[in-house]
Amino acid sequence: MNPQVLTLILGRIGVAVVTLLIVSLIVFAATEMLPGDVVQILLGQAATPEAVAGLRQAMNLDQPAIMRFAGWLGGLAQGDLGHSYANRMAVAELIGGRLANTLKLAALTAGFSVPIALMLGITTAIWRGSLFDRAVSSIVVAVISVPEFLVATLAVLVFAVWLGWLPALSFGGDTSDIWAVLRAYAMPVITLSFVVSAQMIRMTRAAVIETLKAPYVEMAFLKGASRSRMVLRHALPNAIGPIVNAMALSLSYLLGGVIIVETIFNYPGIAKLMVDAVSTRDLPLIQGCAMIFCLGYLTLITIADVVAILANPRLRH
Amino acid sequence: MSQALSLRNLSPRNMGWHVSPVGVLAACVIAFWAVMAMVGPWIAPHPPGQIVDYDFFGPLSAEYPLGTDYLGRDMLSRVLAGARFTVGISLAAVMLACTAGIVLGMAAAVLGGWTDTAISRVLDAVSSIPSKLFGLVVVAAIGSSIPVLIGVLAVVYTPGSYRFARALAVNVNTMDYVTVARARGERTAYLIRAEIMPNILGPVLADMGLRFVFIVLMLSGLSFLGLGVQPPNADWGSLVRENMGGLSFGAPAVIMPSIAIATLTISVNLLIDNLPTRIRDRSE
Amino acid sequence: MTLAQIRDLRVGATTDSGRKVQIIRGVSLDIAPGEIVALIGESGSGKTTIALSLMGHCRPGCHIASGSVMVDGVDMATAPERQRAALRGTTVAYVPQSAAAAFNPATRLIDQVIEVARIHDLMPMDQARAKAVEVFRALALPDPETIGDRYPHQVSGGQLQRLAAAMALIGDPKLVIFDEPTTALDVTTQIEVLRAFKSVMKAGGMAGVYVSHDLAVVAQIADRIVVLKGGEVQEEGTADQILHRATHPYTKSLLAAFHPAPRATAVAPSKTVAALEVQNVTAGYGMGRDGQPRKIALENVSCRLDKGRNLGVIGESGSGKSTLARAIAGLLPPVKGRIMLDGHLMEPSSRARSKEDLRRLQIVFQLADTALNPAQSVGDIIGRPLTFYHGTKGAARQARVAQLLDMVRLPQAMRHRLPGELSGGQKQRVNLARALAADPEVILCDEITSALDTVVAASVIELLKDLQRDLNLSYVFISHDLSTVEAICDEVMVMHHGRVVETLPADRLTQARDPYSKLLFSSVPQLDTGWLDRMPLRAAI
Repeated sequence: MNPQVLTLILGRIGVAVVTLLIVSLIVFAATEMLPGDVVQILLGQAATPEAVAGLRQAMNLDQPAIMRFAGWLGGLAQGDLGHSYANRMAVAELIGGRLANTLKLAALTAGFSVPIALMLGITTAIWRGSLFDRAVSSIVVAVISVPEFLVATLAVLVFAVWLGWLPALSFGGDTSDIWAVLRAYAMPVITLSFVVSAQMIRMTRAAVIETLKAPYVEMAFLKGASRSRMVLRHALPNAIGPIVNAMALSLSYLLGGVIIVETIFNYPGIAKLMVDAVSTRDLPLIQGCAMIFCLGYLTLITIADVVAILANPRLRH
Repeated sequence: MSQALSLRNLSPRNMGWHVSPVGVLAACVIAFWAVMAMVGPWIAPHPPGQIVDYDFFGPLSAEYPLGTDYLGRDMLSRVLAGARFTVGISLAAVMLACTAGIVLGMAAAVLGGWTDTAISRVLDAVSSIPSKLFGLVVVAAIGSSIPVLIGVLAVVYTPGSYRFARALAVNVNTMDYVTVARARGERTAYLIRAEIMPNILGPVLADMGLRFVFIVLMLSGLSFLGLGVQPPNADWGSLVRENMGGLSFGAPAVIMPSIAIATLTISVNLLIDNLPTRIRDRSE
Repeated sequence: MTLAQIRDLRVGATTDSGRKVQIIRGVSLDIAPGEIVALIGESGSGKTTIALSLMGHCRPGCHIASGSVMVDGVDMATAPERQRAALRGTTVAYVPQSAAAAFNPATRLIDQVIEVARIHDLMPMDQARAKAVEVFRALALPDPETIGDRYPHQVSGGQLQRLAAAMALIGDPKLVIFDEPTTALDVTTQIEVLRAFKSVMKAGGMAGVYVSHDLAVVAQIADRIVVLKGGEVQEEGTADQILHRATHPYTKSLLAAFHPAPRATAVAPSKTVAALEVQNVTAGYGMGRDGQPRKIALENVSCRLDKGRNLGVIGESGSGKSTLARAIAGLLPPVKGRIMLDGHLMEPSSRARSKEDLRRLQIVFQLADTALNPAQSVGDIIGRPLTFYHGTKGAARQARVAQLLDMVRLPQAMRHRLPGELSGGQKQRVNLARALAADPEVILCDEITSALDTVVAASVIELLKDLQRDLNLSYVFISHDLSTVEAICDEVMVMHHGRVVETLPADRLTQARDPYSKLLFSSVPQLDTGWLDRMPLRAAI
């Protein structure tokens, strides 16, 4: 790897870290805007002034915001996300298991949708304008244009209400039977896959079409190359950067989609935890969840950037 | 001959203003919802909040064309009344987001250097918070009301609009006519107003349409989570939430507001895809 | 016996707005084995479309409407795609205009060069590689053994163009199509590439179709020349016939445009104050830590433009000639040196200059397409400087716009048009009119005729001369094209790598002393079929 590439990659990672800092500031500031006194809410109206003052000091609420931000950031760096207001448990502990659940859901979705979307994105680009392309593209536009909850609703209607294959709005607790697990995951994964694949197909198709327009692809055609050779040998190697970028961006839609999907299917993931935290105004929990989401998003974007750098032949050689 | 040819060239079709039937249909649907947003509550057959039927989750009927909801209210009236919230809030938010995005984008492109870097960095950071999450956090912090919703939606979608407008403006800014104006001694305000803006307006308006779709989707999503428009008012997302109970047996009350959202968003998408190339294309 | 035969070819196209037009209107053409035929014409003449039809290919949006294109016994217009693909690369091969774009950036050069052999299974790969090295050597490429192991971005433009020719020759085609293969190159590179092309084509006895807009280039390599305009053949004949005994008026106008009338009435150089004086200017891009530019584009450049006279600045790409214009205009403020207008020192940056300084010095750019705001009418474009510098408004402004249009010989009605509706020459006239609106004393012309077709460019040059006579202007005329510079300038300054090489009177260019200016001047192709063969092999400098 040459030093220029290394510098570029380190630069990208640096930008991601700086962005994460700004994000943490925004998240902290947003949660600071909560009206009313947290301590008052926590202890109830009957609390004595001494108790209020004690708790206030214990929670460092008597310090200026900037100090609390620094303290919170410091804790964050050590993996200490603070304690939940609602049940005094460590936020890290609350999040732990839930995060694993969400990651499981995301991994299943990605494993399911990435190959399908790649295939459909590339094939629609190759047979651009064909009936197949128009059919897939219409479905893609339709899925992109509707809210995730509508996709979920339709999935439930089709698979649970009409076909009766899968359970509707319940997430079963029985995990001993592999078939039951699959059935339990099916609805959320199908819904998320639809939403994520639609984005991915659209962007992959656009990336491949853009490369197919390149003069070197026409040159290959004028050398007598077959269509498959033009695509596989000439277009795809140059489309890797844009395609990976498209995949990373689409997968970031998972983060938004997961909030809705976990709520609908009552799935015990981190997004559900966060929505619940919002309703109980559990600040440390909201902050912790928000940081994890942003970290996930930034990781995806940074990976996309790095792959784009590595895929550029001018930089690689 | 050349005279005849040039006259014939002036027909709208030849000027690149070819409009497809799909585009026209999409425009009609959008116009319909726009009118409903204005007059919906007045032409609704029943007061949207009134329980008119003892049967909840009622089926489609002559009396209640879209059925009734979980309390036995007329769905048609509630969907028509919801149009005002969904369309109105989204429109206000998209206006704010795009105005801010375009103004900042053009300023960043023309001024360049330090100003550009600062604006870009801050907006990049904002956009690296997933949009729904941002909505959740802010709504959790300050509660939900219509102005808050408009503000949140506008902030979430400003960076995208900024990035789009800036990319276009950077392209236009490298054009020789801008350099000529600069060499002439023109002020920044003139460069932005007369040289840059008219040349990015078409694509920027098309982009605004797409952003409107995103905003409708996010507003519906927030309402669906119970963080959007609060009762007794209800936008289409809230209507779906209220009636989720009917999902397991496919009640019209949960399907109809979803269809309303889909017709609006798909129509906007189709209209943009079928816009005359002259408007949609990034200026050459 | 002919190798290729085009009969009554008609190609239709659908424009972006959905209008159907015919871009080739009944062209017939024969190519004998071993013969090189040039297709010459201006933009839109259909020369590339005809050449590509020989490969059975039409660019997106075009289609062969009728006629036949027989190549080696196969009709490329109607044969099944599989059969056409089998002929591409083996019987007919293609050398593109921009080799830089036609090479896949992600693959080694050698693999792309021998790809034809792989696709058509012509020979074992080892043999193909050995053959490629042979072709590299024949094309006078440096390091023929190893150059193929590099990637496209690692070799120079002239080398890439020769590698593209090697890519075409690897399959031993009977017909090679050259699509403006030297247009994007500098003249000193072009001559080497042309020589290499000519020698391999002669050695291999291959037939060729050479597409170009440049008669002088074509004269060196073609046996026969076909002159095209608007998708129709205007005239056809041997190279000598076309150059010396042309009969068609269009061909004659092309030839006439090649030798623009030299400047007649030059004002004698005065000892008084210069219209524009540049003293020891250094400028560059990107600001380093020490206040010096990171990349120096101009170094210690001085020049002087006397009133009523013209200074030509000539150089190849990267010579800094356009940067000089930007530095003088204050768009790229020099870090060192002084710029004096009529004896008065100007601020380095245009932002700091007074309105009066800005008014007296105007700049006109190369591409009229990008120099006119597509959203403003011609009247507004020309009127803006009137309002800006002179505060002219309303009827007075309208009257002055009409006057200016008249000066650049455009009809009054044009003021309501948008730039998109004008032709290239008309746009360049509007571009000039806008500069004139300021009532300038000095106009910087940055390659203003380079993007125009020869005939149109010649008329713009004539217009510049007339305007100078009437308005007492002085021009700094920047160009890479020696003949236009000769036609309008009194003095010629040669630039290379950001420095001034030499400044000479325009009528005494043959007396150049610097080796680079000698090379540059002698590399310009002449309208003479024997010119290339007479040129001595260049000693590397």
